[in-house]
Amino acid sequence: MLTAFDKELLNIIQTRLPIEHRPFGRVAEWLETDETTVLERLSWLKANGYIRRIGAFFDSTCLGYVSTLAAVKVCPDQLEAVAKAINAYAGVTHNYEREGEYNLWFTLLTPDQDKQDRTLANIRNLPGVEGLISLPAIEKYKVSVEFNL
Amino acid sequence: MLDNLDKKIIAVMQDDFPLVAEPYQELAARIGISEDELLTKLNNYQKAGKLRKMGAVLKHREIGYAANALCAWIVPETRLDEVGRLMSGCKAVTHCYARIPQPEWPYNFYTMLHAHTRDECKALALKLAQMAGLDSYTLLFSTREWKKTSMNYFPEYANGEWPE
Repeated sequence: MLTAFDKELLNIIQTRLPIEHRPFGRVAEWLETDETTVLERLSWLKANGYIRRIGAFFDSTCLGYVSTLAAVKVCPDQLEAVAKAINAYAGVTHNYEREGEYNLWFTLLTPDQDKQDRTLANIRNLPGVEGLISLPAIEKYKVSVEFNL
Repeated sequence: MLDNLDKKIIAVMQDDFPLVAEPYQELAARIGISEDELLTKLNNYQKAGKLRKMGAVLKHREIGYAANALCAWIVPETRLDEVGRLMSGCKAVTHCYARIPQPEWPYNFYTMLHAHTRDECKALALKLAQMAGLDSYTLLFSTREWKKTSMNYFPEYANGEWPE
């Protein structure tokens, strides 16, 4: 169970990990506790599966990467094999089975458009794939995976 | 533009962030620069929008947000920006994009919804639809997570060698 302190800590650490010499000391100041307590709780929260990753999150477009959201229509008995083949691409960061005609949705990041085209063509040709749509973004209005605890 | 040092910094910053008192010191040593230089670079990346955030991403299922739905909308092209601003203001919307539709898939606007239950997702979508005056949308509930990871940018720079 998360304590009230954990929740406060998670709320802060989700949005602002200070970029300075002793970042956790600063967070401790905000929470009116000490650095060791912050570090211990964060290690616990990470070890117990509440935190997926701590660190730097970069903007793919600003780094020059090309991205798209794509979906494939896969016959159910081939779904697992197709999902695993898609997962094998390093540029696939999210891959979800979803209800509906297009039943597997994934995001793909590549260093350039050519690599994206080739990757999508390979995926389209996997056995069991009956259709593929690629939906590149024209405008990003919000990316903020933050939860209020 | 990013030079080799930038790419090396970005590659190393994707390692697990050390949970120690002086984490940037440790990361700077791995990169082979001073801590001050690393802190300056990171602050600059943040100002330029390259660094979206320094922080943590939580496992949403573990903290009680068990239901997630990708909601695909049909929004008239002239209203994209207005609807984008409107929906971005809603806390339960974590991602909001306008996208190029396809002939066989007419949806051109996407919101990711996180909630505690499926019914809550449905109610949220209905609320958003009413708020924005939209009636064409579909809720794509996830039934299985096959992969969820952070992108590894410039992996070829991570291990010491700087490729040319």
